[in-house]
Amino acid sequence: MKSQEGMTIIVKTVTRISVWLIFVYGIYIIFHGHLTPGGGFGGGVIIALGFLNVFLAYGKEYIKKWLNIGLLHDLEATSAILFVGIGIIGIAMTGGFLANFLSKGTLFRLFSAGTIPLLNILIGAKVGVALFLVVWSLSLFHIDEGGEQ
Amino acid sequence: MILPYFIIIPLLAAFLITLFSREKDYWSITVSTIASATMLVLSIVCFITLKGETFIYNLSGWKIPFTICLVRDSLSCFMIVIIQLISFTSLLFSVNYIRHISSSWKYYSLFMFLVAGMNGVVSTGDIFNLFVFMEIALFAAYALVSYGGKAFEFEAAFKYAVIGSISSTLILVGIGITYSATSSLTLAHIAQVLPQKPDILVWVGVLFLVGFGIKAAIMPFHAWLPDAHSSAPAPISSMLSGVLIKALGIYVLIRLFFNVFGAPPVFMNIFMVLGAASIIIASFLAIGQWDMKRLLAYSSISQIGFILLALGISTKLAILGAVFHIFNHAIFKSLLFYNAGSIEMAIGTRDLREMGNLKSVLPVTYSTSLIGTLSVSGLPPFNGFFSKLIIIVACVQAGYITYATIAIIGSLLTLAYFLKVQRYAFHGDKLFDVSEKSIGGGMKFAMLFLALLCVVTGVLLIPALRQSMLDPIVDTIFNKTEYIKLVLGSL
Repeated sequence: MKSQEGMTIIVKTVTRISVWLIFVYGIYIIFHGHLTPGGGFGGGVIIALGFLNVFLAYGKEYIKKWLNIGLLHDLEATSAILFVGIGIIGIAMTGGFLANFLSKGTLFRLFSAGTIPLLNILIGAKVGVALFLVVWSLSLFHIDEGGEQ
Repeated sequence: MILPYFIIIPLLAAFLITLFSREKDYWSITVSTIASATMLVLSIVCFITLKGETFIYNLSGWKIPFTICLVRDSLSCFMIVIIQLISFTSLLFSVNYIRHISSSWKYYSLFMFLVAGMNGVVSTGDIFNLFVFMEIALFAAYALVSYGGKAFEFEAAFKYAVIGSISSTLILVGIGITYSATSSLTLAHIAQVLPQKPDILVWVGVLFLVGFGIKAAIMPFHAWLPDAHSSAPAPISSMLSGVLIKALGIYVLIRLFFNVFGAPPVFMNIFMVLGAASIIIASFLAIGQWDMKRLLAYSSISQIGFILLALGISTKLAILGAVFHIFNHAIFKSLLFYNAGSIEMAIGTRDLREMGNLKSVLPVTYSTSLIGTLSVSGLPPFNGFFSKLIIIVACVQAGYITYATIAIIGSLLTLAYFLKVQRYAFHGDKLFDVSEKSIGGGMKFAMLFLALLCVVTGVLLIPALRQSMLDPIVDTIFNKTEYIKLVLGSL
């Protein structure tokens, strides 16, 4: 299969600048999940779109060099395990799965709301990586024309 | 509290498999087997220690209107035992079976998600949570159906995904209407409010009946099942036929139509008609099949018809028959799918016309499939006989002679198409140069274990055992909206 070269220099240049802004915005949405609209899922989707932006602009080969896909797989699984782990600590500390066991802090401060920001970060990592990996896996998938039936 | 662990353990196992597995499948087999065995033991403890009571588990420590609750009553514990039993034997069966497709960890990870989803569906007391867990189980099931990677498997999985999505959409619309009418997603709260609004109850009931009817593969909604169940790898076929259509279909129908809606007569009549149609039409379709797994898949639709018919009659005896048939069908249908899988692994075909005289080369498969056949056809002293007998007696007692006749004819047709399997697969004069050594120990153990259960589980009807095991489940269903008091009262 012919390797993809990506898009034109204009797109590449714009992407090179804008992708970091997209990442920062995604991280902002994740970290302020307990204060403003959005949260782990929404921010995660934005981060995944940042990755996809690079993927579309620069092509598959560049992504292979730029990202360690194996590490992303591990990050995805680890964040899910940590999420369940926080839930289990909740059982151990207060008796309910995912129950809050940290100080709730002051309302509207960044470091507040107990375990919710932690869970948002883990969901953000999971969603951000997983959505990108779904598209990545689909791009690796070759359709075998004329299969068995 | 034991119930959340039935969701936590398989999820954790699935993610641990994803994280640590590399080329070989040893780690994934170890983790999933340990998880499954632990859950099997826990589920039996959970069922035995319940003693007919109802416990509520509030997630994240909030109180009921604001939280998702898990409900541990006889019915949910009963379903959890069935799920763990079949998933454990399927996992043992998978170890050898899946290696002839691939040695990837992905299978075991998906398998754990499937179990987590089903456990979640049967243990939750919140309708939207139920929807989420249902989708987890279904997405795992779509992927597992296409696991073999051949064109017809993708086609079956795609068909399953399309029809599954349509039904999920209907269910989601139903949940939306319910929420707008009752302002609550907790099943017990919905059960308090909804019966006072009969117009909405009819709308929601129809949406849920069609939505979950598709999951349960009741007759007019069955189109996805024969393809999906025959294309999936054998242990997954047994999971789908044995437990998935019951956990996602029949269990939810029971929970919603009995415990939440209070068994409205109009729906009970529909249950009976659809059940009777499923029994007869699926039996005739099964007789014409030459693909062994496809025949078994049609047989599943027919047996689900028996369960639905009994639920529709909704006398205490009929519900006992339905509950017992849910259990029995899970066991013998899984066993028969294992048999089909081991034949496919030994001689590489599912076509009955290409088989023959396998009884001499595959003795374990032959003997266990004979037990499975006699059970599913309802011959004494196997477990299927008792549940079918109860259902037929309940039909007669309630005055539904036509339905009793249909059930008897369905039972005879079942015997007919399974005799066809026995005749073409195991008897005849063909010679195959294979031996049962090609089938692994785990596969043989899974088949023998379920065959043993087919023989012995008839004892559950001995009065002392019935009173402690089956009667609490029947009471949970029969007492209908007692569920509201039990759930909201045990806060």
